[in-house]
Amino acid sequence: MDTILFIICAIMAVGCAFNLVLQKHPISSALSLIGVMASLAVLYLLLGAEFIAMAQMIVYGGAVMVLFIFVIMLLNAGTEKTSGKSWFAQIAGFPLLSAFVALLAFLIRVVLPPLRPVEFGSWVGGTAEAIGMLLFTKYLLPFEVTSVLILIAIVGAVVLAQKEID
Amino acid sequence: MNFFVVSLIKIAIVFAIFMTTLAYLQWVERKVLAHIQSRTGPLRVGPHGLLQPLADVFKLLTKEDLLPPHVNRFFFLLAPFLAVSLALVSISIIPFGPEVNFFGTRTFMQVADLRVGILFVLALSAVSVYGIALAGWSSNNKYSLIGGLRSSAQMISYELPLTLAIVAPLLLANHLSFREIAVSQAGYYLGFIPRWHIFQMPFPQIFGFIIFMIAGFAETNRIPFDLPEAENELVAGFHTEYSSMKFACFFMAEYANMVTIACVATLLFLGGWQPLFPAPYSNWVPVLIALAAAAVFFLQSRAPVRKLDRITFPIFAAVAFLAAVLFAIPFLQTYLAPIFWFASKAGFLLFTYIWVRGTLPRFRYDQLMHFAWTFLFPCALLNLLATAFCVAVF
Amino acid sequence: MGHVPLSWYLILSAVLFGCGIAGFVYRKSVITVFMSIELMLNAVNLSFVAFSYQLHRIDGHIYSFFVMVVAAAEAAVGLAIILTIFKNRGTLQIDEVDSMKL
Repeated sequence: MDTILFIICAIMAVGCAFNLVLQKHPISSALSLIGVMASLAVLYLLLGAEFIAMAQMIVYGGAVMVLFIFVIMLLNAGTEKTSGKSWFAQIAGFPLLSAFVALLAFLIRVVLPPLRPVEFGSWVGGTAEAIGMLLFTKYLLPFEVTSVLILIAIVGAVVLAQKEID
Repeated sequence: MNFFVVSLIKIAIVFAIFMTTLAYLQWVERKVLAHIQSRTGPLRVGPHGLLQPLADVFKLLTKEDLLPPHVNRFFFLLAPFLAVSLALVSISIIPFGPEVNFFGTRTFMQVADLRVGILFVLALSAVSVYGIALAGWSSNNKYSLIGGLRSSAQMISYELPLTLAIVAPLLLANHLSFREIAVSQAGYYLGFIPRWHIFQMPFPQIFGFIIFMIAGFAETNRIPFDLPEAENELVAGFHTEYSSMKFACFFMAEYANMVTIACVATLLFLGGWQPLFPAPYSNWVPVLIALAAAAVFFLQSRAPVRKLDRITFPIFAAVAFLAAVLFAIPFLQTYLAPIFWFASKAGFLLFTYIWVRGTLPRFRYDQLMHFAWTFLFPCALLNLLATAFCVAVF
Repeated sequence: MGHVPLSWYLILSAVLFGCGIAGFVYRKSVITVFMSIELMLNAVNLSFVAFSYQLHRIDGHIYSFFVMVVAAAEAAVGLAIILTIFKNRGTLQIDEVDSMKL
């Protein structure tokens, strides 16, 4: 059951990732990215990270991607031009990238110490309570700094997007 | 019994009841709106219009299913599917009653009990924005695009006060699972005041409840926040180009979202299935109400306004009497009493939805956004701060 | 049913990261480039959560949470910058924003 679910979600994630790179219109890419995030949320649930899975859907799937879709719809971003792409990227890009990913896969299989098999339900440590305890004791400083960062982002976005005062 | 078999049975029951509720919620809305506006509403299709939802389903199924040539086909077909599937999934984590023992099988009256149930509902409401945004954009039509963008902006703006209003009772309940929240509202102060979250010391969540209901109205695109789909403003907004079953999907999604918000408000603020005063006295309330309904139907059937009611009202009286008998059987009371209390609280909130629809005018779009960001969000934040302060100190 | 080895999750993360790199290097529309960056961040999140499962500690979840928050802030500011570029240049292709090129 876990294996089937993992294979379905992995195929969906990789398929949507390929679709993101290969689609011409940004809105199709945006929807593919939402598909990637949804399948990643299921994978987080399989890994026992229930709070992170829900946070992924709320923050990424419900806020960040909505922002992307808004901007695409507001700017009426059309399909992008296909001329003027470098021949080096087109010919040597895919083999080099595959070599890089193969190198990473080799390092994962060979260099890392023996890894646990993932069994759904064998570890339920990702509860909101545990994350809350750790977030407000050990990681309190990053938490406060991140809140200042978000404040800066809000102020920056409002300033950049406001109308010109002429 | 096997967990899968029990779950399948629960899914079948909950789905059947939910779809019937959605259909008859539309009937209730039309009747209540009609009586607010001094007319009678559906009256002819079946006794007092009770078969009107069936007629509507037939009409929507047999209407011509247009696919306009100028739309983006994939997204046009994806949008209602997304909207309705996400709206219908959220009923699966709503608990309707406590743990019951049904012929040897101990099970919860809930399809799935997630430990992070509240976050799941928030995630679903966050992702359901896409159905509307895609519907507006793919229709390739300026009214739909404006309606879709306005509706999406409204929904994500009101998600903030909604979330903050949800967090405040979570501080009192200390749990994210709906079942635990409802269970933590058991018990009574002074023997007769229920410990629901709107009454619970150290900080009664009355403001949180009001903020949640207002934000809930905006999340579900209902009056007074329904400018994005208003008929006389935007030619039906984002669902202008949709016909027949796809339109029915959006319709169903809106009612399903209403039911979800009402159920979540019941669980978070009104104590879920906990009765208003202690059992065993509270078990007689549904019996008395059903008997009163039977008496009213019977007395009205003597001299009805419509001649057909001479036949139909006694039938309704008999049905109400049967319901009273069912609620009075002690064996069935353990199952039916919690469902009665949950349904009556959620039903009252749904009636409030319809009541507000018939009473208030709609907001202009900039008034709506201004209200969210400059008034409702600070109110929700202050409510959360006050709750946190009281919980920490007392 | 057999259990899924954790290395499969890490390899999936590597593949998604590779797709993100491909989109980032190859595409011309600035919004698609930005979305490839989000894809890379998601791949890294998966890695964090997988290692957190391996070590049975939730520090990985906390890092993943912070990555999400920073990505959200970055998306907000980045999209505001994209809007400004569109307002001033009228184009969303990154090749055409080259007025500072020699």
